[in-house]
Amino acid sequence: MAKASTGTLYRGNEGMWSWVAHRVTGVGIFFFLLVHVLDTALVRVSPEAYNAVIGTYKTPVMAFGEIALVAAIAFHAFNGLRVILVDFSKSGPKNQKKLFWGVMIIWLIIMLAFIPRQMMHTFGG
Amino acid sequence: MSTTSIPAPRTGYSRHKSTRSKFEMFAWLFMRISGIVLVILIFGHLFVNLWAGEGVQAIDFGFVAGKWASPFWQIWDLLMLWLAMLHGTNGLRTIIMDYAEKPGTRMSLQVILYIASIVVIVLGTLVIFTFDPCPAGADPALLASFCQA
Repeated sequence: MAKASTGTLYRGNEGMWSWVAHRVTGVGIFFFLLVHVLDTALVRVSPEAYNAVIGTYKTPVMAFGEIALVAAIAFHAFNGLRVILVDFSKSGPKNQKKLFWGVMIIWLIIMLAFIPRQMMHTFGG
Repeated sequence: MSTTSIPAPRTGYSRHKSTRSKFEMFAWLFMRISGIVLVILIFGHLFVNLWAGEGVQAIDFGFVAGKWASPFWQIWDLLMLWLAMLHGTNGLRTIIMDYAEKPGTRMSLQVILYIASIVVIVLGTLVIFTFDPCPAGADPALLASFCQA
């Protein structure tokens, strides 16, 4: 792996992997969004059609899909705010690694809160 | 003898006169501004639809009707639709520019992307503005309680 002395501080570290994850989650969220607007559009077809498709979101399998969706959104949102701080804050670039770990901690807290909540909604209790 | 004007030293040197459009700069700035607004809009959306009450289990036609009976949620969802679609479309445009190298591939992927985006934005906008919470002839059991009047 390249070292700082050879001219890159970026490759292979937090900066690069957060960039990769930002792209992957962004593409995933975009394709979900296309599907989600189409399924919501069924409210203009009939209440039955909409309830049928939204019913598939309530199954245990899709409950895990929603956890994956929230995980992708939470990472993309807070890493996006990190990118903004790196771009606009004077001390942002210097602290980009700390900011990355800050993003991971906030992401973990959100997931630790959402996963049991989602389990409760899906399986009762 | 023609006179040659020699610029005074240290008058500054412009590497390239800005002849190109500022589109890319606006796109860059839009990603950051829309991103901040989307954090609020989407976490609000997730809180109301996945966290509060019974979460996703509570969502049905009546739930949507109840939300869109209020202009607050109509505007919330409309803003979310437009900002998220433009943010996502520009993100995918960036990715196509980065990885698709052949001009034909770049062009066709972009055309597909823009058509899909326009269809989804127009469809979503029409759905929000033409939504009827109490459609005539529908099973009253599936409708919001305010439809019985």
